[in-house]
Amino acid sequence: MSFVLNEEEQMLRDSARSFLSETASVAALRKLRDENNPEGFSRDLWASMGEMGWCGILVEEAFGGVDMGVSAAGFILQEMGKELTSSPFLSTSVLAATALRVAGTEAQKSAWLPKIAEGKAVIGFAVDERARHNPDAINTVAAKDGNGLRLNGTKRFVANGAGADVLIVVAKTEDGAPCLVMVDPKADGVSATPRRTLDSQVPADFTFKDVKLDGDALMNGAQDTGKAIAHVLDVGRACLAAESLGVAERAFDITIDYIKGREQFGVPIASFQGLQHRSAHLLSEIELARSIVLKALRTLDETPSQAPIWAAAAKAKATAVSRLATSEGIQMHGGVGMTDEYDIGLYYKRAQAAGEFLGDDAWGAGQVAKLSGY
Amino acid sequence: MSLETFRTETRAWLEANCPPAMRVPAKGEADICWGGKNWTFASDDQRIWLERMVERGWTVPTWPKEYGGGGLSKEEAFILKEEMKAIRARSPLDSFGIWMLGPALLKYGNEEQKREHLPKIARGEIRWCQGYSEPGAGSDLASLRTKGVKDGDEYIINGQKVWTSYADKSDWIFALVRTEADAPKHLGISFILIDMDTPGVSTKPIKLISGKSPFCETFFDDARAPVANVVGKPGQGWEIAKYLLSHERAGIVSDTVAGGLNPVTASHQVGEVDEHGRIADPILRGDVARLTIDALAFEATMRRVKDEADHGEGVGARASILKYVGTELNKRRHELNMSALGSDGLLWEGEKEEDGDPARNWLRSRANSIEGGTSEIQLNIVAKRVLELPGT
Repeated sequence: MSFVLNEEEQMLRDSARSFLSETASVAALRKLRDENNPEGFSRDLWASMGEMGWCGILVEEAFGGVDMGVSAAGFILQEMGKELTSSPFLSTSVLAATALRVAGTEAQKSAWLPKIAEGKAVIGFAVDERARHNPDAINTVAAKDGNGLRLNGTKRFVANGAGADVLIVVAKTEDGAPCLVMVDPKADGVSATPRRTLDSQVPADFTFKDVKLDGDALMNGAQDTGKAIAHVLDVGRACLAAESLGVAERAFDITIDYIKGREQFGVPIASFQGLQHRSAHLLSEIELARSIVLKALRTLDETPSQAPIWAAAAKAKATAVSRLATSEGIQMHGGVGMTDEYDIGLYYKRAQAAGEFLGDDAWGAGQVAKLSGY
Repeated sequence: MSLETFRTETRAWLEANCPPAMRVPAKGEADICWGGKNWTFASDDQRIWLERMVERGWTVPTWPKEYGGGGLSKEEAFILKEEMKAIRARSPLDSFGIWMLGPALLKYGNEEQKREHLPKIARGEIRWCQGYSEPGAGSDLASLRTKGVKDGDEYIINGQKVWTSYADKSDWIFALVRTEADAPKHLGISFILIDMDTPGVSTKPIKLISGKSPFCETFFDDARAPVANVVGKPGQGWEIAKYLLSHERAGIVSDTVAGGLNPVTASHQVGEVDEHGRIADPILRGDVARLTIDALAFEATMRRVKDEADHGEGVGARASILKYVGTELNKRRHELNMSALGSDGLLWEGEKEEDGDPARNWLRSRANSIEGGTSEIQLNIVAKRVLELPGT
């Protein structure tokens, strides 16, 4: 396992860096927010990402993707975290694409993977049913109903759910076995409520009331659907951890620049040991997060059977570090850190939201304890 | 030889030559082989294991063969390490000569010094200690005042060192001595090798809160050392010391990792688990899990820094981050270990030799973030050299 990026990965990262800083930066997020964009992201941007091949980063070439692996997806999200880019990349190109890949039927793959790769589909991945992440407590039921299924239950805060073309819903069968179903959000019995979150995203809550599904809505392409769901979530966690890492890195850079420029008592405040030690400690924490995120991404690509503990640990560490970096960022900015004008507050909000999604640091610690056998 | 062949042969050699008793982890200081003129082997197996490894030069695998090393490439040395780890083979020899003086001599020493000292380090014949800190020069090490005055082809040395690890058991000392009285603070220091048997050199152990005395005070009263024992040039001592400190930091960190950062064993030992085998106290379980996460992140960071160094990015001042994080983690590990053990952890001594180890090791760990440059000094280095923050 290599802890350095290969040439192809470096090129991808560099092109993501220049593209995002030009077209999907913090300024773009502010614009979406101030215009009250109903979806919270730009469809034009999404189409551009499709043209560049990012949307199909986890899609096999046979379905029009570039199939570069989880690490590559993570590197893109890390850059997105730096710019606070708003897009359906995580929900669609990471979670949905992985779910289709590991659990989809041939028909489902043919129908959706090419569209994902082209940036022409937005797919919501619906897992959580309560305020805190808990994929072991699913109460949504997809019960047998003639040749098809009948879906009942609720899902909360489904990312990019408001304008999604289709939903992938984590449910259980009438026997309690985990299953995945694809649901048209416009179908009878589906009701969606968009929610606006502090980081200017627009996820949606869903209620499924006796929703009739055809038999081919069931994603039964995996030998063990429960394991497949766990894998999809681990891929999502590692990628989201990469985004949180990017949030931490940029928040740190902004803060260091600020304290180098801000003068009090006739000198830059960066010359005070009180701030120097906090800065050096923060860098140490960011270095830890960089390593464990990279380890989790690489493990998912190379030895996925060992990935669960690394994905949980990386998610926990990146969550904690991004929250620390951004809250320290506000403190070190002083009063202006509390204003909407300065960007550091936007990073603080994103760190909170990205940290919560798919399990925060406390959740990750619980997983690590469980997987370590204590 | 291809790396795969090297691995196969190494595995077979280790299998045939590492005594079974040397394939169980060292329990404490007593199981570590330090070598030296006065060394008493803890067992025949310890002696045999050292002799066999010495013969191959594998006590110092990457040193050149002419100086007693194995002449291995980085990749081969890594394979040797992996294969030793696979059979849980103990290190045959640990010493400040290997970790610190050796690298400094290889870089700064002259041919004569290398031929004289390196093979004896490699064979565990001479035990070295380090004379850096003084009562008035701790974090501000460059203000040291131990003085060397030139008298013909010798220096007459006067002064006192402190925190000299195992000075009372060592044969030689490498010391920082102010020889250029008129030079600026950092440029007046020389790096001198001194035989501990020299008249005028004496030591006195310091008793620590752990009840043990790994450190000494070392005194120099008109002790004489040949000018030829200066490593590098007179006045180059600070540069060498800085180079060497980075090796010391790496050593402290690898000790930390070798000790294993996972604190879970203690809580299992005392049987405080619930019916599912989980640590019974949920808050303690959470603390252990959070430490485990940081330990995993640290382990990955060591690997990443190594990979980056191999790709020419250099470790540089980032060694300070490793030292800071590694030692603070080790302190947390011992704190949690003590919490998990509860009142069992309070034992100071008992029937068994290892009774009292948890408490003493916990107390010892407090020094990790002081020795080799305090955590605060590491943070200063990171702030100045990595982040390039301005000075006051």
